[in-house]
Amino acid sequence: MIRKIQTIVLLILFFLPNNVYSLIEVDITRGNLNPLPIAVSPLFSDEKTINNGKKELEISDIGSEISKIVENNLKRTGLFNPLDKKAFLQKPDIAHFKPRFEDWGLIKAQALITGKVSLVDDKLKVEFRLWDVLAGREMIALAFTTVPNNWRRVGHIITDKVYERLTGEKGYFDTRIIYVSEKGPKTRRIKRLAIMDQDGFNNKYLTLGNELVLTPRFNPTNQMVTYLSYFKNLPRVYLLDIETGLQEVVGDFPGMTFAPRFSPDGKKIIMSFAKDGNSEIYTMDLENRIVEKITNHPSIDTSPSFSPNGKYIAFNSDRSGYQQIYTMKSNGKSVKRISFGKGLYGTPVWSPRGDLIAFTKLHKGKFYIGVMRTDGTGERLLTENYYQEAPSWSPNGRVLIFYRETKSDSEGKGFSAKLWSIDLTGYNERLVETETDASDPSWSSLLSN
Amino acid sequence: MNLIKILKNAFLVVLFSFVLSACATKTKQMGSQLQGDVYTGTDTVEYLAKGVPDRVFFATNESVLTTRSRDTLRKQAAWLRKNPSINVVLEGHADERGTREYNLALGERRANSAKDYLMTYGVSSDRISVISYGKERPVDSGSNPLSWSKNRRAVTVKAN
Repeated sequence: MIRKIQTIVLLILFFLPNNVYSLIEVDITRGNLNPLPIAVSPLFSDEKTINNGKKELEISDIGSEISKIVENNLKRTGLFNPLDKKAFLQKPDIAHFKPRFEDWGLIKAQALITGKVSLVDDKLKVEFRLWDVLAGREMIALAFTTVPNNWRRVGHIITDKVYERLTGEKGYFDTRIIYVSEKGPKTRRIKRLAIMDQDGFNNKYLTLGNELVLTPRFNPTNQMVTYLSYFKNLPRVYLLDIETGLQEVVGDFPGMTFAPRFSPDGKKIIMSFAKDGNSEIYTMDLENRIVEKITNHPSIDTSPSFSPNGKYIAFNSDRSGYQQIYTMKSNGKSVKRISFGKGLYGTPVWSPRGDLIAFTKLHKGKFYIGVMRTDGTGERLLTENYYQEAPSWSPNGRVLIFYRETKSDSEGKGFSAKLWSIDLTGYNERLVETETDASDPSWSSLLSN
Repeated sequence: MNLIKILKNAFLVVLFSFVLSACATKTKQMGSQLQGDVYTGTDTVEYLAKGVPDRVFFATNESVLTTRSRDTLRKQAAWLRKNPSINVVLEGHADERGTREYNLALGERRANSAKDYLMTYGVSSDRISVISYGKERPVDSGSNPLSWSKNRRAVTVKAN
């Protein structure tokens, strides 16, 4: 169960030439202080492809651009150390055909990615290989064809395959983040829904900023988003089709509906409905619009999140007097408080693996992002700050993205809102760059599977 | 020589008293504006009519009305009874020291606690609508207890 410590090269296997297991293995269950040295050779492309890339996609050299995407993805995981290309001795096309492992070993590469890309007749054909340098063996060989506009996704898909082969876990690179883009003074913030690739590219705004929008979340197939909009000053839960841009209100109850999320099968939306000073949790079936009341308590019940198997719901309630995290069966029975540490707890989100719940904790004037097991044991705080909240899981359950706000004076000077990510290990905390200030991130599932 | 010494001392005394008085006004100001952690000043308050403040303030995490808040709401109720053609929206707000979703619920609870009080003093419920902004619309951008206390509020806004 517990993986080998850090990057282990099993030297023993080196002397067993017929062993079929991979020799390199990357452990992702703890902070990695020795990231695996990996050489990402630029994908080879011929002159015709390079010219087509310039013409059709306005990029100088598609092969090396794609390899840069792979390199940056790997670097951001904190698990890999992509080596400087200047030190590479072999040309991309020859390396892809048959790497001279001694050369790659010389620059201390333990793994090598090579590949080839062609862009002809509006088709982008890619092949790539992952090599174990020390064992002198191919670990993956894969080829696929796609439309030219998907060229950045090609880099992400290659990273997913490499990550999966080397860590034994699915990747999270061919994914997108939906978030709220923020602009303007703190007292009159303008907020728009925005979507971008996981690495910050291909940013698009989905609403104009005429009304306040909050808390967007993907459906399981990543085509729909549910969010809160103050359209016509009526805070209601909405549904947005990302492709068509069509919006519709789903929580049109006589009061405020908010804190929406999809059920794991995508058929229902779970949300809070506040009326007469009391917030309760409801579900709505998107097909027949049947509404079910799940909680029944005079306290605030909000921030519901389904377990991945749909059987349980984690939520936030102040029925004990203060904000705490509770779980219940999806029919509202067997309500159980699970947070018992010092301080206030909010925004529970069930991990895609089902074993953990991520949360926000407020204690002695500090905000923490943490995780606990689904019965509340094993609480672990990952990061502390002046203000941060709203964690969202990467689809493989290894990374959390959240937002952080900075302190400001009465004129709003010093204020910023930014997206950050951190590994489940508590290591590798990183700013996720966005064009504008940003909050309320939600991570999609893998786009290709 | 002596004269210089005297002047110097006099200068120090004056300077010292300046420092003292600066401190005194500061504490006095704070004292008049924050009671417990509820804001009691008026610098963000607007007036629905002469002597009728538009907002009430709450303690951290609370939606209970203070004595002062009830006094304000009674004035609002009296004014609304005299002006039966006016409808109002009660906007509930929270400070920035909470999670967004919980604060939306808390703002709604605060607005309703003010609404309930207006209703007890004879304002019909169909003249009052409620909206929560959670922590989305602070009046004061500061990240300090005084600013937060100004932001924990329910504001009565004319709807027509």
